[in-house]
Amino acid sequence: MEISPALNTPLNIKSYANHRRLVQKIGISILFLSLIVTIFFLFIIVIFIAVRGAGVLNIEFLTAMPRQAMTKGGILPAILGTFYLSLGAVIFALPLGILTAIYLNEYTGANTLVRIIKMGINNLAGVPSIVFGLFGLAIFVKFFGFGVSLLSGSLTLAIMILPVIISTTVEALKSIPDSFREAGYGVGATKWQMVRGIILPAALPGILTGTILGIGRAAGETAPILFTAVTFFSRKLPKSILSEVQALPYHIYALVTEGTHPKEQIPIAYGSALVLLLLVLGLDLIAIIIRTRARKKKLW
Amino acid sequence: MVKVANINPPKIIPALLDTTSKCDKNNTRLKIEKLNVSFGKNHVLKDVTFNIKCNSITAIIGPSGCGKSTFIRCLNRMNDIIPSARITGKIILDDINIYDPNYEPYELRKKVGMVFQKPNPFPKSIIENLAFGLRLHGIKNKREIEKRVVSAIKSAALWDEVKNRLHDSAFSLSGGQQQRLCIARALAIEPEVILFDEPCSALDPISTAKIEDLMINLKQRYTIIIVTHNLQQAARISDYTGFLYLGKLVEFGETTKLFTAPKEKLTENYITGRFG
Repeated sequence: MEISPALNTPLNIKSYANHRRLVQKIGISILFLSLIVTIFFLFIIVIFIAVRGAGVLNIEFLTAMPRQAMTKGGILPAILGTFYLSLGAVIFALPLGILTAIYLNEYTGANTLVRIIKMGINNLAGVPSIVFGLFGLAIFVKFFGFGVSLLSGSLTLAIMILPVIISTTVEALKSIPDSFREAGYGVGATKWQMVRGIILPAALPGILTGTILGIGRAAGETAPILFTAVTFFSRKLPKSILSEVQALPYHIYALVTEGTHPKEQIPIAYGSALVLLLLVLGLDLIAIIIRTRARKKKLW
Repeated sequence: MVKVANINPPKIIPALLDTTSKCDKNNTRLKIEKLNVSFGKNHVLKDVTFNIKCNSITAIIGPSGCGKSTFIRCLNRMNDIIPSARITGKIILDDINIYDPNYEPYELRKKVGMVFQKPNPFPKSIIENLAFGLRLHGIKNKREIEKRVVSAIKSAALWDEVKNRLHDSAFSLSGGQQQRLCIARALAIEPEVILFDEPCSALDPISTAKIEDLMINLKQRYTIIIVTHNLQQAARISDYTGFLYLGKLVEFGETTKLFTAPKEKLTENYITGRFG
């Protein structure tokens, strides 16, 4: 091999080093500034809601029925309604989502049809929630005749969070190394025994995380339940799955836009917003805790 | 590679010995006839034909990419899970062609156990790693499972190291211990044949020596086939050796003969380190 002769003009290292240092500094500053702006807005939102809402927050607010055209009393029906709607959504979406994900990841090959289906599911996650609301109105409320009810709302929310649950479950299954699958086959497991006994337990923390994020999303949405489940005000707590319910996000909307006593109602709206925020943040926190614990335990 | 002297050869537990060997008069356990494997357009194994004897260790050697792993994974139909694999030819075990369409691979894998290149215990406790396989094959009684688990762990020379921590995660064990756990897992379901796919390539010399001793002990009861990169290992432990090159079985015979007086020039070049 030949080595080329030394060049007459040596690299001007010194001046170029200064230039590089400057570019480096500017770059880091821009990244840092972006972070600060983002954190600032997140922080402001939480502080703002907390300050405005904390005034009305007490035990009665959380546990009592609303009184005097919603200018007094609590928001218990809205809290319960949101709880029931989210629970209902999970009951419908979880089994369907997990089974779909197992089939997609473990039982299908890498052909075009499967790719299209996976793409479709991912895109479903990006559909505006009001579209799900309209769909729920047409199918569950009208066609199946469930009316404006807990059932219709739960089903609509379930369809909305299905893609979230499917894609997080698929990711959780994908993260399980194939060596576990081979080991399962190696001791004479059928495919189902291998999936059921080895893969699912190992993927469970990931699946749970996705599910909780799905619940958080369901709890916070307004549009899907707008035409399918909620009422502005009910004197009683929901009696059956065919009752109308109150829900926190819609409650806030209604208090702000439709109230007759804005002075008393706006603080209640902020109080409700704070409760909803804490609820969703709490759920996310649980998801984070499960994920970190699983990561610590995971040794493969 | 150093041979570690102070390792007690593990005792085989009588309870595991019920698997009566079904060997024919020529002492043949597996007959491989015109085995051809291709993945897509890549023809990996070409007309491989030879017999594997009962209660012996057969080593398969050859340079990287010669088809060793593909070959051993044919013996328990592990290549079936690769969609592009096309396999023709016959492998006869107990008078039945294991590639017969009516032969379920999971039934075969009960008879032909496997230990993989990298230790791959299940993400479960030590005891559950073995109990899982037993339950698959219909053993439900808790005491029965426990008895068999203990017996298999003892046979894999792992008992003293894990007896106080059977409920700990299998990942708390060292690499060598994990590999012996994988051997115990294979032993627990009482196979007839055990396949070792480069079982020591991820292990240190001491763990390797332990596993080699274990294999020599196990051949009294099982037919063992091992794929290895390590020629010394093949020479140390095997009774028969097959040399695969570019998908063809160049030479097969008794290990002592193959290593001292190879019939083929190619074999000689390989074992003397002229290529590979």
